[in-house]
Amino acid sequence: MANSDAIVGWKTITFGCHILEPGNAANFRTGDWRSQRPVVDKEKCIKCGMCWVFCPDMAYSQDEDGYFVVNLEYCKGCGICAHECPKDAITMVPEEG
Amino acid sequence: MSKRVGIEVSIAISEAVGLAKAEVIPAYPITPQTHIVEHLSEMVANGELDAEFVPVESEHAAMSCCCGAVAAGARVFSSTSSQGLSLMSEILYIPSTMRLPMVVVVANRALSAPISIWNDHQDIMIQRDIGWIQTFAENGQEAVDLTLHAFRVSEDRNVSLPMMVNIDGFTLSHVIEPIELPDQEEVDKYLPPFKPRYKMDPRRPISMGPVGIPEVYTEAKVAHDMAMKKAKRYILKAWNEFAEIFGRKYDPVASYRTEDAEVLLVTMGSISETAMTAVDTMRDAGQKVGLLKIRLWRPFPGQEFRKAVGKTKVLAVIDRCLPPGALCGPVGAELRSLFYKIPGSPKIFSFVAGLGGRDVTVERFEEIVDKARAYAKKRPRELYEVIGVREK
Amino acid sequence: MIPEFEKFKGFKAKNLPKEEPLSSGHRACQGCGEVLALRMVMKALGKDVIVCNATGCMEIITSPYPHTAWKVPWIHIAFENSASVASGVEAARKVLARKGKIPKKHVDILAVGGDGATGDIGLQFISGAMERGHDFLYVCLDNEAYMNTGVQRSGCTPYGAMTTTSPPGKKSFGQVTWKKNVPAIMVAHNIPYVATASPAYFLDLMNKVKKAALVKGPAYVHIYSPCPTGWGSAGERSIEISRLAVETKVFPLYEVIEGRYIISRKITKPKPVTEYLKGQRRFRHLDEDHIEYIQRRVDAEYEKLLRLSEMA
Ligand SMILES: Cc1ncc(C[n+]2csc(CCOP(=O)(O)OP(=O)(O)O)c2C)c(N)n1
Ligand code: SF4
Ligand code: SF4
Ligand code: SF4
Ligand SMILES: [Mg+2]
Repeated sequence: MANSDAIVGWKTITFGCHILEPGNAANFRTGDWRSQRPVVDKEKCIKCGMCWVFCPDMAYSQDEDGYFVVNLEYCKGCGICAHECPKDAITMVPEEG
Repeated sequence: MSKRVGIEVSIAISEAVGLAKAEVIPAYPITPQTHIVEHLSEMVANGELDAEFVPVESEHAAMSCCCGAVAAGARVFSSTSSQGLSLMSEILYIPSTMRLPMVVVVANRALSAPISIWNDHQDIMIQRDIGWIQTFAENGQEAVDLTLHAFRVSEDRNVSLPMMVNIDGFTLSHVIEPIELPDQEEVDKYLPPFKPRYKMDPRRPISMGPVGIPEVYTEAKVAHDMAMKKAKRYILKAWNEFAEIFGRKYDPVASYRTEDAEVLLVTMGSISETAMTAVDTMRDAGQKVGLLKIRLWRPFPGQEFRKAVGKTKVLAVIDRCLPPGALCGPVGAELRSLFYKIPGSPKIFSFVAGLGGRDVTVERFEEIVDKARAYAKKRPRELYEVIGVREK
Repeated sequence: MIPEFEKFKGFKAKNLPKEEPLSSGHRACQGCGEVLALRMVMKALGKDVIVCNATGCMEIITSPYPHTAWKVPWIHIAFENSASVASGVEAARKVLARKGKIPKKHVDILAVGGDGATGDIGLQFISGAMERGHDFLYVCLDNEAYMNTGVQRSGCTPYGAMTTTSPPGKKSFGQVTWKKNVPAIMVAHNIPYVATASPAYFLDLMNKVKKAALVKGPAYVHIYSPCPTGWGSAGERSIEISRLAVETKVFPLYEVIEGRYIISRKITKPKPVTEYLKGQRRFRHLDEDHIEYIQRRVDAEYEKLLRLSEMA
């Protein structure tokens, strides 16, 4: 888990080792754990939001038109969204390379 | 005005905690700490103290509850002893590195087996490295004063470390002594309201107690160690201010008739009183004997201790703890490392005495001094001996 | 009835809170059902909450310094004691509010731990906190083993399951004991609210968590939390497995409100347990006799629950 952000000195480490910036884990991108990515077919999508509800990584958000879009910075490629989509609108596509 | 009353030391300590306006008191009963928490719970029940007394189901829970309460911003007090302190042990290391201030009074008692409710220092000595500030009281007045001092130091924003006041079980906790109880106004002047550096508040969310990966663990521990070392300055400052307000002055190491002493006894806690009588007796008989009483155990006041020893060549250190298989008692070991390879440093003899409630009498102190003198003439063996043990 | 419930209309699929008190960037495994359950818990609670987290997967994956996935106040002290830490937070807020040192506004206090932290090592601490009546909610995220330390068995590990300390072998078939009924132990404390929940039924889960927070005094929610890593199941199936656990009666959903059992989802046409067991490596070694035993016991346990729910 080596992490360059964690290189602190004893004088600069936060008081009591508290983390003072709420939710700063968002700076840590988990997208590169992925070996497959979800691709949404808008034709089939009924905007039910199940993909958003069941994503363990809060990778989905709703766009202006009401469609749910994946943030690939965080998506770990687990495939739950594709598995749970009631319209089979999501396909898991292998990542290149 | 403060008032002088004849009062059981445990009750006086709870009165001091009341004067300090502790807000959350999680506690679990164990002899000989019981009178302290019983009286506090009574004070809360009678509305004399506006606090939450949390009657937890174990000492482990007591310490865990303390951590939550401080982190939420309350002034916290608890008290325990022996097996109870040991049961807390896993948690004790946590609030100190997390810099959560609180005050715990330990009524020192032996550890099982065999089970013993009587006094010695084995319970606290195995908690030496928990990273709490630790003081030892010699008498009832000191127990009260050190308790108030502990709140002041622990909560000082430059310190922000938990603090433990040690009082000998029964020999201190259960005796009635004339004690000067300060009045509320004086205490309020000495102890400002608790303003934690950080606390859990939905308006300003922080995360406390994260995972320390190898890149940060050492730094977190060194930051704690440095905070302990830096704390000494504020401990002394708080004692000076205590003297200004209450007229009683405390030092990290107290000297008694040390002038031109050839042998110095070293003690901690209530046996210091008997040790003083022993010193008087020996001085009357023409022996050059003095006494050093360690009041501040962590952070260890090395500089002050060396200064207090002066030119004396023999130290007879009394440990009320027997660490099986060790080279000597823990206080003895601390002092040996303090003086290691310092030119002209004294010979340090380590004696274990007063385990599990056994009295350390004036005669025992005389025996210790005699032995230290005799061994000082032989060279260079450093004696380690249990005093007053029967062989058959 | 509990007066606090009357005002609560319940979450609807259409009006789910957008707020995520738990942020992306946490280190849970792909398809982790435990963090998904935790996400739903936090969505139900919102931001006026203080979280006391036990050591375990959720604590580790959300807080490797200097990163935290928490956008709400969060504290971790140790493994077994999150309920005691929560007691302290609650006691402190009570006295501080009384003294006018903090706003009177109610803040929920959540203690959360895994099945090990809850049903095994922390049982005494939770029992103490429940019995003392602190106003807090305890959520157990039950992934049926000690996952954080590498999948060792717990008291909540199901019968027959393979873990690293209940390995099947020449003389063993995996976990030899039936799953400990932790919710029943909580019910025995006479607390006002106990419930079981599953992330597959997310509205039910969120409503129960919200009710547990609303109720005055202690409340307990036991949440089924699939762990693809420890169970040897496909990450994409975490929700499917959660649903099957309910449909096969393996993990029934119910509430116990002031001692009265109410089944949330009656299973009238149960699927056979084999549907549930297949596709999980932890059950792969089980023979027909064991599976038959599991089926019989699951049916019997469900009958017991039905009878409890029929008692007025
Ligand atoms: C006193 C103590 N004993 C053991 C451990 C090691 N330990 C840490 S987490 C854990 C297992 C956690 O299991 P569970 O509570 O079910 O949570 P999970 O990781 O499965 O989510 C264990 C055994 C510890 N941290 N503290
Ligand atoms: S689950 Fe499928 S149908 Fe529903 S919003 Fe997502 S992509 Fe569209
Ligand atoms: S694949 Fe998994 S992580 Fe990625 S968006 Fe779908 S549910 Fe979320
Ligand atoms: S081991 Fe299991 S519970 Fe832990 S993070 Fe991974 S999937 Fe989740
Ligand atoms: Mg678990």
